[in-house]
This record gives sequence, structure tokens and C-alpha cells, in this order.
Amino acid sequence: MASTGEEDSAVKEPLDLIRLSLDERIYVKLRADRELRGKLHAYDQHLNMILGDVEEVTTTVEIDDETYEEIVRTSKRQIPFLFVRGDGVILVSPPLRTS
Amino acid sequence: MLFFSYFKELVGKEVTVELKNDLAIRGTLHSVDQYLNIKLENTRVVDQVKYPHMLSVRNCFIRGSVVRYVQLPPDGVDIEILHDATRREARGS
Repeated sequence: MASTGEEDSAVKEPLDLIRLSLDERIYVKLRADRELRGKLHAYDQHLNMILGDVEEVTTTVEIDDETYEEIVRTSKRQIPFLFVRGDGVILVSPPLRTS
Repeated sequence: MLFFSYFKELVGKEVTVELKNDLAIRGTLHSVDQYLNIKLENTRVVDQVKYPHMLSVRNCFIRGSVVRYVQLPPDGVDIEILHDATRREARGS
């Protein structure tokens, strides 16, 4: 209970982990098969966020009528400055090294 | 309260609100409240051919819970101010 009123930069809870990523690029997985990569500028306890220089990837799966094979498609979008509502966020992470 | 304050700073600016049903509405931010409900003026739907439902609508109230994204003007607010406010807010809660 030793609160001195000074900024406590210890990592105690999951939101503190996100605080470490402020002004860094992050990866965000959203509902509706969407993913974002961008620079984290602000967030709150609801995981509302503001991201800069964002790339949004939307993934869709089509099923061919005849062959029944699954065709996975992705579409990308660039948005310079974006507010994201927290109730759509699934996870937040440093960017994954996929490319 | 962080984003409520941020959006209050943006009143008067042009934004594009993208809803969870994929509808995107561009307009001037008129007002916002603690729930991040948004009132837009001078609205136009982004893809008017695909979504002709709101051709004659010029002002609207959008419930905060149906918003997926708000595309913001990059010169809206100083980024450093956002970072500082976030550090203060994140520490408190």
C-alpha cells in the first residue's frame, strides 16, 4: 500500500503491458476477421485505441459451389489516423514477424 | 474520459465513422458524449451506391456502441498530448 503519488512504472496488470507499447507499432486482432497494424498513440481501460499509420487486413473465406474448396482472400486498407472502439478488440500484441 | 476529451477537441472537424454493419458515414463532428455517442452534421454515406438508405440524411445521431472505427484528421490533436494523457489515465485505473 506504499503509494507515494509518483508514477509507478512497474508492470502489474495486463493493461500495463500495453502501456509499454505506447508510441510503438502493435498488432491488434479484431472481431469480424480483421487485423490492424499501426502505431499506438492512446488507449484506455476499455481498449479503445488511437492508432497512426494503420494497415487493416480483412480476411474472407469463400466456398466454391462445385468443388467446395475454401478460398481465403484478404483485402488491405491504409488509414493515416484511426480511433478503434474497444469492444471490437480481441487481442493486442507487438507486431508478429510474418513478412 | 480520455477519448471523450479527445473527441471534444475534434468538434468541427471532418471525420468518417465506420459502423459495425460496414456502413461508413463522413461528416462534421457536431458533438460527443461520455458514451462516445456521436452527432454528425452535413453527412454523406461513403459508398452511396451500395448504401442508398441515407441519401437524404444530412444530420445524424450515432449510438457509440455501434461504432467500429472513426477515421480522424491526422492534424487533429498533438500526439505528445495523447501519449501523456494516456500514461496518466492508464496509471489511475
